Amino acid sequence: MESEFLELTELRKKLDNKEVSSVELTKYFLSRIKELDKNYNSFVTVTEEEALKNAKEADDFINSPGENPFLCGIPYASKDLFCTRGIRTTASSKILDGYKPPYDATVTKKLKEQKSVLLGKTNLDEFAHGSSTETSAYGASKNPWDNTRIPGGSSGGSTAAVAAGLTPWATATETGGSIRQPASLCGLSGWKPTYGRVSRYGIIAMASSLDSPGAVANSVEDLAHLAEIMSGRDEKDSTTGDIAVPPYAKNLSADMKGLRIGVPKEYFIDGMEDGVKQRVTEAIKEYEKMGAEIQEVSLPYTKYGSLVYAIVCPSEVASNLMRYDGIRYGHVTSDGGNLLEVYEKSRAEGFGDEAKRRILTGTYVLSAGYYDAYYKKAQKVRSLIIKEFEDVFKKVDILACPSSPNVAIKLGHAKDNPLFGYIADQLNIPGSLAGLPALSVPCGFGLPSDGQTPSMHPHPADAGHPLPKGEGNNVGSMPSFGLPVGLQIIGPQWGEQVVFNAGFAYQQVTDWHKKHPALA
Amino acid sequence: MLTKEEVLKLAKLSRIALSEAEVEKFQKDLDTVLGYVDELKKVNTDGLEEVNQVTGLVNVQRDDKAVMADNHEEIFAQAPEIKDGYFKVKAIL
Repeated sequence: MESEFLELTELRKKLDNKEVSSVELTKYFLSRIKELDKNYNSFVTVTEEEALKNAKEADDFINSPGENPFLCGIPYASKDLFCTRGIRTTASSKILDGYKPPYDATVTKKLKEQKSVLLGKTNLDEFAHGSSTETSAYGASKNPWDNTRIPGGSSGGSTAAVAAGLTPWATATETGGSIRQPASLCGLSGWKPTYGRVSRYGIIAMASSLDSPGAVANSVEDLAHLAEIMSGRDEKDSTTGDIAVPPYAKNLSADMKGLRIGVPKEYFIDGMEDGVKQRVTEAIKEYEKMGAEIQEVSLPYTKYGSLVYAIVCPSEVASNLMRYDGIRYGHVTSDGGNLLEVYEKSRAEGFGDEAKRRILTGTYVLSAGYYDAYYKKAQKVRSLIIKEFEDVFKKVDILACPSSPNVAIKLGHAKDNPLFGYIADQLNIPGSLAGLPALSVPCGFGLPSDGQTPSMHPHPADAGHPLPKGEGNNVGSMPSFGLPVGLQIIGPQWGEQVVFNAGFAYQQVTDWHKKHPALA
Repeated sequence: MLTKEEVLKLAKLSRIALSEAEVEKFQKDLDTVLGYVDELKKVNTDGLEEVNQVTGLVNVQRDDKAVMADNHEEIFAQAPEIKDGYFKVKAIL
């Protein structure tokens, strides 16, 4: 059976027609995980026993009369940030190493109601702090296109697993780029929802004003189906909007005639790789051929996005991570003392460098005397970024631009650079700050420059953090044609449908989303 | 650059014990991050309100209704120490 890269719509047909059973599919993916994941480290936990049990139940359901839910019997993997009742959930942090949540995230619950089959939990940057998975306490995940390179992050375990055909799709989350950037680097379709479209209940919090749970899959059509299932108002998350969830998949339209596409010039930054620029420019030409109206637009505040994020995100992180105290759950020090020492030692032992760095940064910018200069200032600049997007969406229906300034870089460049995450996600963060929906779709391949991720803000302090020497022409097992490039499509708030339509239309005229790595 | 004392104060506020080497490392790292965001000062934000939320929802409420939870045992099973059905902490007096 060659079904590792089948789209969900195809798997649904095969299951409904009894060409394959859920147990067979589940065993197939479990065996691939066993055989191949040693090369990619995409899973933190594999739930073989539960998966086989759930697959059996799904088969019983399929074999009884009546219609099957879209995901019934289809295996999936979940980013290890989604609480799964009774199943270890770590956030890729030592502080939650043995944690078994006593409840399900709303998304987990919805997927259970569909009778999906959970294969396991995927790796991420610790608490989703990062863009390479290298801050994970369980080791970095590797990019299936070249396993000497990062898969991106923080949802890099999810994207590595889907790209290697270890699962048909995976849940993911974004705070500032954590779906679009790894989807781009691994050559997948990734959906970052409108803030409040998908419930955050039961998803381990990073920055609550930004966190947006979404998905990565092999096509935009799959994502439209998943969005229908995952979205909606949730009483348990008061930031979810009471806005009807349209039948996104049924509504998909590839008619691009007259669609107004804005190309923001600030997203083509100095130092961007030529391959990325060329592939994205070619993708935009495809839209022109399909009858869309292309116009250059300007979003001058783009360059401040990552700076605002570098204040707002650590502030919310510092607040959210205060709950890990070693009392109710999570790691507790064995090196006791009084109550304060238990807190201080448990947290010192449980958190990794990046989490500590963000907690300390957040505590600093929120503290008396600095709050106005940093946090308040950042939230004011954020209002300018939001306003700028509101204005541009009066002129255009969607924006098209690169998802990342570069293809996947080598492992090891990100680890000791305190700015890596902010720079890697500079083309995703402005949209996140405004709560906008977006996609990354594969649009071809580009050769890596194998330098540092170029920044809009070269800062003298960067010099204090020398990066490991580049490996010159050693390009590992990279294919000769290069590595995946992602086209980013951004829409207005609640504008999922137009974003999905644009991604779907592109995948009707190109087959980049059907390219898969040749695995070892 | 932040002084060692300033980093130690932040660590105290954050309830994280730091080693000597970590204090030095985070002095440098925080300096890098704060240097990075410094350019924000150039943006004119006179008269602007700060953003507190992005979707404009107002007064989202639910019914004030008690619901029985069925997971007490699972909740306590996660705690490092419990006693007589309570979470156990160190003496605070």
